[in-house]
Amino acid sequence: MSTSRTGGRGTRVALNTAGILVFLFAVFPVFWMVSSAFKTDEDINSETPLPVPVHWTLRHFKAVINGQGLDYGLFHFFLNSLIVAVVTVAVGSVVSVLAAYAVARTRFRGRVAFLLMLIIVQMVPLEALMLPLMLNAQRLHLLNSLGGVIIVYVGSTLAFSVLMLRGFVAAVPKDLEDAASIDGASRATTFWRITFPLVAPGLVATSIFSFVNAWNEFVIAFAFLKDQDKYMLPLTLSYSFGRTQVEWGSIMASSTLFTIPVMVFFLIVQRRMVSGLVAGAVKG
Amino acid sequence: MANTADTANPASMANTGAPRAPGRAERPGGPGGPRPARRTVRFRPGPYLLIAPTVATIAVLILYPIGQLVWMSFHKIGTREVRGLEPAENVGFKNFSTVLEDDFFWKVLLNTVLSAAAMVVLTMIVGTLVGLLLNRLGRKMSLLVSSGALLAWATPAISSAIVYKWLFTPGGGLVPWLLDLLPNWLVGGGWDDYNWFSEPLTTYVVLVLCVVWQSFPFIAVSVLAGLKSVPSELYEAARVDGSSAWTTFWQITFPLLKPVFLVLTVLSIIWDFKVFTQLWFLSGGTANRDSFNLAMYAYSEAVAFPAKYGLGGAIALVLTAILLVFTGFYVRVMVKQGEVA
Repeated sequence: MSTSRTGGRGTRVALNTAGILVFLFAVFPVFWMVSSAFKTDEDINSETPLPVPVHWTLRHFKAVINGQGLDYGLFHFFLNSLIVAVVTVAVGSVVSVLAAYAVARTRFRGRVAFLLMLIIVQMVPLEALMLPLMLNAQRLHLLNSLGGVIIVYVGSTLAFSVLMLRGFVAAVPKDLEDAASIDGASRATTFWRITFPLVAPGLVATSIFSFVNAWNEFVIAFAFLKDQDKYMLPLTLSYSFGRTQVEWGSIMASSTLFTIPVMVFFLIVQRRMVSGLVAGAVKG
Repeated sequence: MANTADTANPASMANTGAPRAPGRAERPGGPGGPRPARRTVRFRPGPYLLIAPTVATIAVLILYPIGQLVWMSFHKIGTREVRGLEPAENVGFKNFSTVLEDDFFWKVLLNTVLSAAAMVVLTMIVGTLVGLLLNRLGRKMSLLVSSGALLAWATPAISSAIVYKWLFTPGGGLVPWLLDLLPNWLVGGGWDDYNWFSEPLTTYVVLVLCVVWQSFPFIAVSVLAGLKSVPSELYEAARVDGSSAWTTFWQITFPLLKPVFLVLTVLSIIWDFKVFTQLWFLSGGTANRDSFNLAMYAYSEAVAFPAKYGLGGAIALVLTAILLVFTGFYVRVMVKQGEVA
């Protein structure tokens, strides 16, 4: 912004100082998590905390990967988390693309009611629905199964996915579709050859959001899954967290390993969102 | 809504084959050869077929459970009634009056309201200030600060709660050590072995900090996006008039970005009212009842054994009702801004 070039040198210094303080405030906890994961137990429990590890160690990471205290290694739980997130995204994407297309491209009676329902539904807290959800899952023998968790995740992210995708579908110029159909393309061909490729980036962004959501979710997983072989990563964290003697080094190592995949995904989506905003500004 | 679309339809029929009748295109995997452009204008099942899976999923997984919740909260239900061995007795509002007469409920509600208020106010202030700052920083600095903020935003709730607990844990944690270094007349003594998570007040101090840390980036980025849309001539004019930064914000920025602030505030209220995961990890599960908020309370009654269906349902419904009120505000703003059209 051109306004930022105004102001004297003093203002500049003050602004940059504030910027660095905000940066430190934002980054510090993440830095502390990673740095604690590499510290030896002696350094972690020492009277004077050290900013960076003096004696670097991979002991905690090794212990976590071998699944210390748990019946399985980390990979087992990683796989459970991955299966749940991927299936949730796959099912959710198919269902939400259809609805988003209908809402963005057609007018029908009840469309506004449908949109309002989606906006309201995405605000309902899962914790409040725990009682009926667990009861129904029990009746259908879906408690203590990854399938039950997946079903609830699909239901809880669907409203948001449809609303988000709707924007991406609406952003595809209708003229393109029209042109294709004038050239004699069927509606199916038009959708697959014209609309879908243009919506695909939006679908990726939406998918990553529901992936991150499923990956991070804790309450449902905790209430539904009882056997260790069904545990997902958040449950292994709460398991080692709940023990009487908390081993901070291992906990920091496992939460680092848990955090990194989502962080990478999140940063990818974020860039896409920003470029989307810029593109809109250029066009407008 | 439907009417305007239908009247518009014949007019555009000549050159738009495709977008008005989606029903045919969406036969899954079908070859969908060219079809004549004839169709009836009255009722097209297409859109309904497309939204049917979404409607069905939401109906089964959210709307029906809410219905069950309502039903439960008006009945006396034990283990036998749940199994269908005995019909449940309708008790009217008795479950609600039991909840509302319970002092513990009011304590939990107070915890929830106060902590949510603190989180919302702090998140909005910090987020707005950072947004304004990002707008005035140079390119490189702005990139640095926003990348840092993204990192906080991207951290899963569980990880952030765990790190904050570690930061505040006596005997190795950073904050007790720092507070112990500071002179006693300033911060008081005994911090090095003080357990922050034994008292609701100090638990919530950490919780608020943790939630604000995670939520301010979203506010900052949204405010920044809004600021970019404000014509810079307005700020030029304000500067020529010699108005202070404070006046400029309240006279120009705030009125122009009011809709943005409104949406962000309502969203923050809804999110902060139902904070669960962070509180769970900070206060160590459901062991510390004094530190409960409504979401935690509803959850603990649901997983209690034997589950208290009637009371649990009533509590969950109170939480849902409060959130629906704020959701109502949110919907109103969205409708006004034409988001639903």
